Amino acid sequence: MAFKQHSVLPGFKLSLGYTLLYLSLIVLLPLAALIIKTSHLDWAAFWSIVTEPRVMASYKVTFGTSLLAALINLVFGLLIAWVLVRYPFPGKRLVDALVDLPFALPTAVAGIALATIYAPNGWIGQWFEPLGLKIAFTPLGIVLALTFITLPFVVRTVQPVLQDLEKELEEAAASLGATRGQVFYKIIVPTILPALLTGFAMAFARAIGEYGSVIFIAGNMPYVSEITPLMIISKLEQYDYLGATAIACVMLAVSFALLLVINGLQWWTAKRLGRRK
Amino acid sequence: MRKLIPALLLSVFAAAPALADVTLLNVSYDVMRDFYKDYNPVFAKHYQAKFNDKVTIQQSHGGSSKQARSVIDGLEADVVTMNQSTDIDAIVDKGRQINAGWEKKFPNEAAPFSSLQVLIVRKGNPKGIKDWNDLVKPGVQVIVPNPKTSGNGRYTFLAAWGYAAKLPGGNDAKAREFVTGVFRNVPVLDAGGRAATTTFMQRNIGDVLVTFENEAEMIAREFGRGGFEVVYPSVSIDADLPVAVVDKVVDKKGTRKAAEAYLQYLWSPEGQEVAAQNYLRPRDKAVAAKYAKQFPAVKLFGIDEFGGWKVAQKKYFDDGGIYDQVAATIAKK
Repeated sequence: MAFKQHSVLPGFKLSLGYTLLYLSLIVLLPLAALIIKTSHLDWAAFWSIVTEPRVMASYKVTFGTSLLAALINLVFGLLIAWVLVRYPFPGKRLVDALVDLPFALPTAVAGIALATIYAPNGWIGQWFEPLGLKIAFTPLGIVLALTFITLPFVVRTVQPVLQDLEKELEEAAASLGATRGQVFYKIIVPTILPALLTGFAMAFARAIGEYGSVIFIAGNMPYVSEITPLMIISKLEQYDYLGATAIACVMLAVSFALLLVINGLQWWTAKRLGRRK
Repeated sequence: MRKLIPALLLSVFAAAPALADVTLLNVSYDVMRDFYKDYNPVFAKHYQAKFNDKVTIQQSHGGSSKQARSVIDGLEADVVTMNQSTDIDAIVDKGRQINAGWEKKFPNEAAPFSSLQVLIVRKGNPKGIKDWNDLVKPGVQVIVPNPKTSGNGRYTFLAAWGYAAKLPGGNDAKAREFVTGVFRNVPVLDAGGRAATTTFMQRNIGDVLVTFENEAEMIAREFGRGGFEVVYPSVSIDADLPVAVVDKVVDKKGTRKAAEAYLQYLWSPEGQEVAAQNYLRPRDKAVAAKYAKQFPAVKLFGIDEFGGWKVAQKKYFDDGGIYDQVAATIAKK
């Protein structure tokens, strides 16, 4: 146990053991069941299920809209976090609390509320309808729902880092002649980049798995606005448990790979900035 | 902790006398909520009078197939009341909690009442919709729940199919073309019947909603009678709504007598009357005559014309089936 000596804290074995046990029971066990169930399928059958054109179309919808929603929140989540940390204003606490609301709200409620507002006869939808722009019951509606659901992730991961960011650094840079833009790109962005990427990854992952809110606003048209979780549900509807687990496995694998890449990127940026050994 | 254990034991014994009373769990689908809310007290009264025993009925509602899956996965339902025989057959095949031959245990293939698909249009019928063939006209938007996830949607698909196939000179190819036309006019595919109702009534999307006759009555109660009209098509599909006792559970719990009585009583004049009041078409001739005014005569064809639900599900709705092919054709345009 060479790496044990790195820590001066006692209880390493115990806490690591507990961590592994906990992760196994809560995360790995259900996932293992999923994979074992899929292994009843032979490779050809598995492949034909997961590459069926309709399912392929749903991957595009799910991963595309999730990526877009996470990107939107990357920009606006950062903006919200920035405003909440840097500027005092009346009602700040209230705004701060509002950010968490998408976490607390049952997703079905969010979906129904958004569909109501953005439907062609809704408060907002009615203004877009004459312009020929449909929001609810199109992929755009899916992006909207996912943006709503994943808003807190970027805000809540970036906020504490911004809070800890020492103002003196920026002042020092400014006194050395850096422009505001330079301060932002050379001081602030590198510091918050790992947190920003974490928030992005969490938002993206959450969006991929989302079902409850999307189903009410998507319109669920085959090949156009069907999300992959709906494909799983419709397989279950035919009592096709194997088909459902096959698609679930693909989602799991792709999500895990994407998260690994993003985590790797985050680790790499942190290392490059010399804040981790 | 020491104190807790005797307390727990005590509460178990205290609860024991209550075990003489029977509790039944009825696992049912979404839109049957209103019916069983009315039926359960009527049955409890009857049971008390006949057996001098108290019966409590608990209800569970949700999408029909989802409910069946819960039973397969171990939800201890005493009886299941579904909207398609495939859901009960699935419990027979996959979970084996119900013995084969359940449809012979009660009259009418174990379906105490039926419904049919009707067309619901906006007040004044601005698009002049009279029959199925009006649904394929350009500019008419049709709201139907997703046949992949909803029994309601599957009934609609087959009703439209049957209409076209039965026209003079109709055949499978023409029926397919017709159904493709209907679904081309569908702007939103909701996951279930209730969601489709919301889309049509609350979001004001579409010119016509195709759903069960009894759902039309629910819309009237919920949204008022002023906003819509019910159009009876020239021909529709007979939706038998089957029930079954869950053999494994009732034998384990010793509730077979009560469970069978509960379902049997659905065929009694009292049970049939409650059904008619909820706009479910009764089997009882006398009750049917009494409520004839609210059930216009419609020419009906049954699911048996499609070879029964097992065959129809496989041919039309399983992955790669005719509905999927139709959806692919529509998406390509």
